[in-house]
Amino acid sequence: MTYHWNWTFFFDVADDGERYFQWILSGLGWTVTVALCALVIALVLGSILGVIRTTPSKALVAIGDAYVELFRNIPLIVQLFLWYQVFPEILPKGAGDWVKQDLPDVIPAVFGLGWYTAARIAEQVKSGILSLPRGQTNAGLAMGLTLAQVYRYVLLPMAYRIILPTLTSESMNIFKNSSVTYAVGVLELYFQYKQIIEKTNQVLEITIVVTAIYFILAFSVNRIMAFIEKRVQVPGYITSGGK
Amino acid sequence: MGGFDFSVITNNWEYLAKGLRYTFQVTVFAMAGGIVLGTLLALMRLSSIKSLSLFAAGYVNLFRSVPLVQVILAFYLIIPIALSLVTGEMKPIGAENSAYFTFTIFEAAYYSEIMRAGIQSIPKGQVGAGYALGLTYGQVMRYVVLPQAFRNMLPILLTQTIILFQDISLVYAIGATDFFGAADKINQRDLRPVEMYTTVAAVYFIICFSLSRIVRQLQKKIAIIR
Repeated sequence: MTYHWNWTFFFDVADDGERYFQWILSGLGWTVTVALCALVIALVLGSILGVIRTTPSKALVAIGDAYVELFRNIPLIVQLFLWYQVFPEILPKGAGDWVKQDLPDVIPAVFGLGWYTAARIAEQVKSGILSLPRGQTNAGLAMGLTLAQVYRYVLLPMAYRIILPTLTSESMNIFKNSSVTYAVGVLELYFQYKQIIEKTNQVLEITIVVTAIYFILAFSVNRIMAFIEKRVQVPGYITSGGK
Repeated sequence: MGGFDFSVITNNWEYLAKGLRYTFQVTVFAMAGGIVLGTLLALMRLSSIKSLSLFAAGYVNLFRSVPLVQVILAFYLIIPIALSLVTGEMKPIGAENSAYFTFTIFEAAYYSEIMRAGIQSIPKGQVGAGYALGLTYGQVMRYVVLPQAFRNMLPILLTQTIILFQDISLVYAIGATDFFGAADKINQRDLRPVEMYTTVAAVYFIICFSLSRIVRQLQKKIAIIR
């Protein structure tokens, strides 16, 4: 049996009146939206968690460690199902029904992906801060800065620059991982990929196109991060700016 | 919802255990296959033969930039098409079987990057010394470089395996019955999401948490000897 190539099917009209390439574009739009929103959540929460894990307070360290262990050791798809199916059940009935019926599917998906990635970013922020000489904290405190000021003006600006390469791969991961949100009803690129295969059976063409799109997405994120890395480089400190 | 009903889990325990066994089987198979294939790719990547290193670089970059769910579905659909070119007839190979193949191919890209770092961590002088003693390329790799590279990278290889173990849950995309798939199918029938998904999460957590502790111990042990 031979495979029937048909590259023009992308311009065919699907049952909903749109063309297949428009499905791909709308999927791409959702992928980028979900990934970017989740990245913002992950960066903010991950930074807070990473910072509190380096503070002198034992309680804060314990909270940060517990969060990271919990969110790192459960698969993403299971976490998404927990937020999507289990969480509304344990809420009071009114609130649970509201989450199930009125809240758009994309909201739990974005938060689920963001919280999952936050654990990874927390780990990186922590190791970035710990890689700085301890004398920097002490010098800051000796100059009369508060601990918060030491973090804000001394430790974090350097720590973020140090972990930029690992943040780059985490940002690329979040775009790839956003594909898992199809399982909780987000109409992103992978969902459209699956749907187009079911409708048209043109597996090879659509696989080539979608793979290329993901490849370009990953490459673009990589370039943007390399650009940022170059822009924020401290002369004479970190020499490996941009791969 | 009426409380947490443990009987849903005890009644279906056998089915869940079967799913968990499948998850372990794919993990072990893909780890073994992935490390072998990944090591070969790493050697190709570092080889002085341009075409080999280009091929390895292309392979690794391709699989590292594509989401795993997409690869799982694509392989599941494309393998029968590819096989039909050889055998002449279209025969589905089954979701459970295709996952073994997909994960091996996919994880090889990740293991290969780890092995490449491991090989590069060995001082060049050791390779030179090996050649000076009259060893061939194969012997230098087999007896000098790879044993050390493998040893140095063991904690990272195992950490990657824990990630692989969690990633098996994505066979949900092709409806294979792994641990998560088993729980999901029971939930479709009995409509007990709280019990099923919480159990899956708890079991995954216990397994992965314990494994990562063991890896951390191992890392300390290796660090002291070096």
